[in-house]
Amino acid sequence: MTKSNSVVIIGGGHNGLICASYLAKAGHSVEVLEARDTVGGGASTAAFAEGYRTSGLAHVLYGLNAKVCKDLKLNIVNPSFTQPVDTISLQRDGDHLTLGRDEVSANSLSAKDLEAYRGFKKEFRGYAKALQPLMMNTPPRLKDMDKKDKLTLAKLGWSLRFGLGTNSMREFLRVGGINIYDVLNEVFDSPALKGAISVDAVLGQHMGPRTPNTVLTYLQRLWGETQTVQSIPIGGMGKVSAMLETTAVEAGVTIRIGAKVAKILVENGRTQGVLLQSGERVDADIVVSNADAKTTFIDLVGAPQLDAMFCHRVNSVRQNGDVAKLHFALNELPAFTGLPTQQLAQRLIIAPDMRYVEHAFNHSKYGEFSENPVLEMTIPSVSDSSLAPAGHHVMSVSATFAPYHLKEDWQQDSRDAFVQRVTETIEQYAPGFSASLVAFQLLTPVDIEDQYNITGGHWHHGELSIDQSFMMRPVHGAAQYQTPIDGLYLCGAAAHPGGGITGVPGHNAAQRILAMGDM
Amino acid sequence: MKNYDAIIIGAGHNGLTNAAFLAKAGLDVVVLEKNDYIGGATASLELHQDWKYSNCSYVCSLFRPEIYQSLDLGRHGLEVVPLQGSVTFKQDGDYLGSYHQPTVWRREVARHSKRDADAAIRFDADLMKWCRLIRGFLLRTPPDPASFKIRDAMEFAYLLKRFYSLSESQIYEFIRFFTMSIAEYLEQYFESDVILAHFSGGSIIGTGLGVYSPGTAYVLLHHAMGDVDGNVGSWGFARGGMGSVSAAIGSAFKSYGGNIRTNAEVQNIIVKGRKATGVMLASGEQIYAKAVVSNLDAKRTFLSLMDANDIPADLVKRAENFKIRGSSGKVNIALDGMPEFPALPKGSPLTLGHMHFTDTLERLERAYDDWKDDRWSQDPYVDMVIPTQYDPTMAPPGKHMMSVFVQYCPVEADGGWTDAKRDAFGAAVIDQIADYSPNFKDLILHAEIRTPRELEAEVGLTEGNIFQGELTLDQLMFNRPFPGYAQYRGPVKNMYMCSSSNHPGGGVMGAPGANSAREILRDLGKPNTTPEDFGDD
Amino acid sequence: MPTQTDSHPATNFREVLQPSPFQTRIDEQCLVQEWMSWNGYKTARVFDTLASEYFAVRSTCSVMDLTPMEKYRITGPDAMAFLNRLVTRDISALKPRRVTYVIWCNDEGKVLDDGTIFHLSEGDYRLCSQHHQLDWLLLSSLGFDVNIEQETHNIAALAVQGPTSCSVLTAAGVTGVERLKPFDIGYSTLNGIDVMVSRTGFTGDLGYEVWADPTKALAVWDAIFAVKEQGLFDIRPIGLGALDMVRIEAGFIMPGDDFNTAETAVRADRDRSPFELGLAWLVSFKKPYFTGKKALLAESKMLTGRRLVRLSVEGNKTPTDAFLYDSKGGSRIGTIKSCVWSPILKMNVSLADVEFVKGKPPENIWAEIYYQKELEWRATWAKCTMSTKPFWSHPRSSITPPNKF
Repeated sequence: MTKSNSVVIIGGGHNGLICASYLAKAGHSVEVLEARDTVGGGASTAAFAEGYRTSGLAHVLYGLNAKVCKDLKLNIVNPSFTQPVDTISLQRDGDHLTLGRDEVSANSLSAKDLEAYRGFKKEFRGYAKALQPLMMNTPPRLKDMDKKDKLTLAKLGWSLRFGLGTNSMREFLRVGGINIYDVLNEVFDSPALKGAISVDAVLGQHMGPRTPNTVLTYLQRLWGETQTVQSIPIGGMGKVSAMLETTAVEAGVTIRIGAKVAKILVENGRTQGVLLQSGERVDADIVVSNADAKTTFIDLVGAPQLDAMFCHRVNSVRQNGDVAKLHFALNELPAFTGLPTQQLAQRLIIAPDMRYVEHAFNHSKYGEFSENPVLEMTIPSVSDSSLAPAGHHVMSVSATFAPYHLKEDWQQDSRDAFVQRVTETIEQYAPGFSASLVAFQLLTPVDIEDQYNITGGHWHHGELSIDQSFMMRPVHGAAQYQTPIDGLYLCGAAAHPGGGITGVPGHNAAQRILAMGDM
Repeated sequence: MKNYDAIIIGAGHNGLTNAAFLAKAGLDVVVLEKNDYIGGATASLELHQDWKYSNCSYVCSLFRPEIYQSLDLGRHGLEVVPLQGSVTFKQDGDYLGSYHQPTVWRREVARHSKRDADAAIRFDADLMKWCRLIRGFLLRTPPDPASFKIRDAMEFAYLLKRFYSLSESQIYEFIRFFTMSIAEYLEQYFESDVILAHFSGGSIIGTGLGVYSPGTAYVLLHHAMGDVDGNVGSWGFARGGMGSVSAAIGSAFKSYGGNIRTNAEVQNIIVKGRKATGVMLASGEQIYAKAVVSNLDAKRTFLSLMDANDIPADLVKRAENFKIRGSSGKVNIALDGMPEFPALPKGSPLTLGHMHFTDTLERLERAYDDWKDDRWSQDPYVDMVIPTQYDPTMAPPGKHMMSVFVQYCPVEADGGWTDAKRDAFGAAVIDQIADYSPNFKDLILHAEIRTPRELEAEVGLTEGNIFQGELTLDQLMFNRPFPGYAQYRGPVKNMYMCSSSNHPGGGVMGAPGANSAREILRDLGKPNTTPEDFGDD
Repeated sequence: MPTQTDSHPATNFREVLQPSPFQTRIDEQCLVQEWMSWNGYKTARVFDTLASEYFAVRSTCSVMDLTPMEKYRITGPDAMAFLNRLVTRDISALKPRRVTYVIWCNDEGKVLDDGTIFHLSEGDYRLCSQHHQLDWLLLSSLGFDVNIEQETHNIAALAVQGPTSCSVLTAAGVTGVERLKPFDIGYSTLNGIDVMVSRTGFTGDLGYEVWADPTKALAVWDAIFAVKEQGLFDIRPIGLGALDMVRIEAGFIMPGDDFNTAETAVRADRDRSPFELGLAWLVSFKKPYFTGKKALLAESKMLTGRRLVRLSVEGNKTPTDAFLYDSKGGSRIGTIKSCVWSPILKMNVSLADVEFVKGKPPENIWAEIYYQKELEWRATWAKCTMSTKPFWSHPRSSITPPNKF
């Protein structure tokens, strides 16, 4: 059976759905092909044990782009839909730090640190905002620029020079390329505070606080903060995807689940559509891939259709994940020392200081998981009791560092040992935690690769390092959402500006495709 | 009371270079040095009778040939003899030898990996592209991105023009090179562990970074872009030790009528009415000049030479935050004879160059992890040379002087350095060498062990940092030493900086000294005596 | 603690040049004993005199050791697809026992190297190249089920070239040589040794290349030279010097001499595309994708700005490294890359890089030649003429069966 579609989008993750919606709204015929039996990709809600459900991969919503929400009329900021959360950095002694958008509180913090936090967040959010023209546009090429490229560069230059002003621009140019460790040491005294902030710079990356580049990853996180308030979707991240699905369908998008793409068809350098694993051929004028670069180019297009060095670059993209996902079914709420129960709905992290985080990272460099992992935890059942049987709870944990390439492989022994490291870590902060465990699920980066079709199981489809960002994301030659194959575009986290539930790659890709006018 | 045209504080090689170019322009210049010898970290000292030690810097490559030529240093006694190759010993008893003869080098790489031997061609050409681009920038003053001055705009235009001589994909590759870690950069080319380790070593020398830290690929270039007689990337020994470099520049300076005063420690720079007018010595003596130039690092210059009340408050903060963590140690050893390296075949020329004992990236990175936790590396990366194989002036006939540069060594060894800890550090280094040279320990006549503590105390390198400030993106080019102060001018009028804390940074290069002189002469309305880049197109 | 090894595999700092499997005979026959390195092998530039070797190629029979040439064996299910993605020419129709000349480019469509592909038997290929290519071949093999092995040291090869070469090989006992058409491959025996014979060469004359197991190399050499011992034909071993003369006459380019290969290009514009080398005929846009196709397609729509051309230069002054001008003392428009005084044509022939204007060659080309006689330097102007054909070619090089002697 052969159908003729105008646009085929490979992968129904949130970026695929957002890109699809924009294109459909512009009057194009769009079909989204999703390999799994549900859309949403990493943004989903799934059962992990009989009667227990939670967000599949992503569990904290931050940075869903404001323009995307507005354009697509996504009513995300809505108390029945999302629960805004602060970040609580747990301390063994119970003097937890509560980090809000502008304020931080804890008994241990000095007045200087409290004040410095305000200034720091404001200043750094300023840098993040200054990058806005770059974030919301196709990254400009640096040679043979077209008008749009020049305009984007000019806007960026203006934003840095005059948006920030002389002093802030100088400071941005100084710190932009370095590590968060040195910056936080300049600004703060409290080891606990520095540890807590550093988590946002390294989570999801193969980086420790001392790795140069972590200021940039932190700014990307902060840019999210300028878009929407950090929150936890009530009912899990699948709710967000469901909303995006509805939006897409209403815009006229056709969504097919269980439709795994086996091949992107190319003739004379132009895409013709895709071939499904079922053998069905779906013709299309435009193919948009929401998959990572390796999957898209090496697996789906195939090296024979591409230049050799380009393939080498794609193959060299660093995208081995370091974050494992753990889901715990609990027969009671964990009792974190000194933490009032009503605070359990917040985003909880364990990262007592930067040295702890750095040590956790050290292991991953040598193919070991952290002896003392850094954890980001949510207990969504606090706000939505439907996620677990009555009186029971679910806890969703992002645990780093758990490298994709474990020296000993992720065989059962290693898996058990890692889960034990995580539960023991939590136990130190919430005595009795282990005893409340009913069931659990561990998703290592290898499992994430298998279940979510993300090569290397990397959150962002590739490290957000400078050499893999902007006009080099995922690789140069495919960094303007366009690819070497005419009619084939990228719209996922592999593309600028990267991962997180932001919708920006999907938005930017759609704008690019519409501007190309080759439909 | 004498009134000079210019005072230079510190007779390190950059101070002397700066002074020489000023004197060459006809200025009346004095260099003030706190030690009883000149050269600072570029010195040869007799620490064991009849042995000369290059006890800080030990090899020469980055020194700009343009400066060498225009100060006529050859006639002032400087001879730089090229080193021949280098070697990385493997733990399994084999080794990787780097030979200057291309055919032999190729065959040697192929012995470890045929593919890597071919990839080396691609790597060399790529590295050379980046090298050409950066080298052209060494003898220039960085433009200020926040400035609206025509001169800065013109300089940016010049840099852009050079940048745009690259093709589009080369531009991206250059940015990637500049921001990647050396390990990840090299892994795009090579597969063999020992080859990766061999090329990576140069990228961590002197830094507070590991081979997997972004930014280290650039440091490789910082060490690889030097040349001896046009052979880019090759290193040389100064005959008579590195002190010969300072001695020659000092001699050139004196030939232009300059004065050097040793044992003349400057206590502070005298500022009157937002103008530097001179210096006060520790002895209480005051010396006045039209220009005061500090060759001390940025931290010392602004936090100890200058009064906080004389400079903007944000500059004090910046100076406090200036990153200058030392990460290197040095062990200098007088030897009764030439140590044997049984892994090398008889007659091998490889002892004539750099010797290394770290054969994997993991060992290099683990050495860094120790430093992060304020420990010296249990399995350190060393860069070892024995210059007396060529140089008859540094040790008695048949005897040798060995210079062992050690990465990593912390500023504060867990709880602070003690003499016992220092000796334990030295022992770790000596043990590593002895693993590869059975007769080595028996040959040791005298060893001088230097941790960042000693480097700071004796040479005045704050925290023992050999570059007078780390070479990370926040402290390079227009950010070096601080944003807004990268053009060698200080916060008050008539005050200048010429040390390695300034662009283009550390190493025995002479460029900060020369660049600073150019700016001073410009301000004083004097003809420019400093050289331009030779160029290689 | 490292252990000391009994033997040192790495004593290669002593022996800069590697012996060829034919070295014993080469050493015996080389009167000049001046060695140079070809790909790390000990290679003769001249055996006796340049003139006698040159004329051996053009009038009788020459023998040259080809072993140092880079050779790669390409096998596996995707061998053909891999090679077709590598090179610019369509080799899908290259039948077994056939050879073809190819070039390959980087992503930007700049030439990395040239060489020949031998289709030895169904799905079994040999790629011969001028420069080291293992890195590029392996890098290009991502996504192909292919096995790539460097076999330079595993195959001994001799080029037997000249008008009597067919007769010499036949007299030596190789059967079926006369039936080989240009670029054919045949299998035979020589003195009981299995050999592969291809009708290929780098001289522009009738010629063959003989391929054998390196352990049998000396016996192969002896079997060929036995023909001379018997007094039937003169045969001369030749060095790289004579080869360079005949290849320029034949208009064959040498990567690294006539143009900078893309892999080694450091400065802007130092690399060259196939169009700029006058090799457009080797680029097929009709075949499946190959590395550089997109870039070359774009370039093919633009006018050539420069080209490597064949220039004959008037007079007897050899125009080594000469600058080229559009008139005597006019604007500079190029440089000579390779040149030689052709003994058979009695003229200077050269390959030169010349600027084109709007895709057209300059109307006039003058070379400014600096030369010295008895340490006195002179400059002179010589008119140059572009040649679209090889400077020298002879029908005998292509007829089958070849003339019998």
